Amino acid sequence: MSTAPETLPSSPPDVALDGVTRRSTLKWMVLAWTGFAAATGAGLTATVRFLFPNVLFEPPTRFKAGDPSSYALGVDERWKEKYGIWIVRDTNSIYALVAVCVHLGCTPNWLQAQNKFKCPCHGSGYYVSGINFEGPAPRPLERAQIEVSGEDGQIIVDKAFRYLYERGQWSDPKAFVKMA
Amino acid sequence: MASRWRDLQQSIVSSQFWKSIFRVGIPNTNRKRVLAMLGNVVLHLHPVKTRKSGVKMRYTWCAGGVTFFLFLVLTFTGLLLMFYYRPTVEYAFVDILDLREQVPFGIMREVHRWGAHAMVISVWIHMFRVFMTGSYKPPREFNWVIGVILLVLTLLLSFTGYLLPWDQLAIWAITVGSNMASATPLLGIQGPGTSLLKIGDIQLVTSTNDARFGLLGGRFVGAGALLRFYVLHCVGIPLIAAFLMAVHFWRVRKDGGISGPV
Repeated sequence: MSTAPETLPSSPPDVALDGVTRRSTLKWMVLAWTGFAAATGAGLTATVRFLFPNVLFEPPTRFKAGDPSSYALGVDERWKEKYGIWIVRDTNSIYALVAVCVHLGCTPNWLQAQNKFKCPCHGSGYYVSGINFEGPAPRPLERAQIEVSGEDGQIIVDKAFRYLYERGQWSDPKAFVKMA
Repeated sequence: MASRWRDLQQSIVSSQFWKSIFRVGIPNTNRKRVLAMLGNVVLHLHPVKTRKSGVKMRYTWCAGGVTFFLFLVLTFTGLLLMFYYRPTVEYAFVDILDLREQVPFGIMREVHRWGAHAMVISVWIHMFRVFMTGSYKPPREFNWVIGVILLVLTLLLSFTGYLLPWDQLAIWAITVGSNMASATPLLGIQGPGTSLLKIGDIQLVTSTNDARFGLLGGRFVGAGALLRFYVLHCVGIPLIAAFLMAVHFWRVRKDGGISGPV
């Protein structure tokens, strides 16, 4: 049976209380806080990721738009409702205009009588080519990638690839389909 | 007869049921008044004492009180509307028409709508009054910040509620409004710096993972956006706003009550 020491041990960090030292406490604290931070981070990441769905119930960006010869001169609206695309045929080419106003993102209307695209939200107007001429639109409409399928000769439009007039991309080979 | 009445009164007041609700008895002294305020979860949010100027309409315009009242009206009418409104592309618009034409008290939706407009206005008036009376100054600067957050939440409630009628105005207004999210720096597809985030030729931020996509749950305003805005409008934002309102009122008390004229 030993007696209690008269003075405190000289180095406080090594004071043992049932085997618990300052050092071991700190170690467990670091471990516990690291674990807590990791769990919180994982929870937050999972929450944010949860808000971004894997499967979209939206029309695909790439679609087949039928035979080039099925388009008459002028603006064709058959894909506007589903894909938001106008197929336009002029004298020697076919191109796909994206039906999204470059002002604030509404869908313009094609006005046959006035031969122009007109946005109902704030009045931006575009020529058949897509070039803006009135209203607040800061630049022309965008054109989508268009090509003729090597397999069945159908037009393939891909909205994921855009061609901008102000960057001189409308003359890019994939910005239009040549018609004889 | 009088003594019997007094006996009855006495037995009610001294019953366990009564005393469990009214703990301090009739608050006829200052000490009892303070205890009554502190012992009640609703009352304790408010100051124990109010300055004379604090109840003066010409000083406060009661704009904050009006805002809170409108919030209660909107919570109640909104709850009623939820019994009829279904947040799906198929039903949303026709349910709105039904709320007007078929449901009893077709005015209920209008009360909600006009109440919402009024709340946005009264929040601004409240902010204007607090600014003009210098009530944002220390020690109230913390509560000013809470108030600014509540202002933003009010505007977000207004914005999310805007989509729910699912008419042309709603869809295109939210299309235009949510396009702002695609201009978020680094997180929006058109935002400054976003085009720098790429590995090789592959853009990291695309139209299916940018800030706008997260907000709408799709590339455009569709079924996902309607449901998201509905949940945020009816549950998410009101819960946060209610919590911050409690903090806001409690903070008024802690900072010495409604500020007085200098």
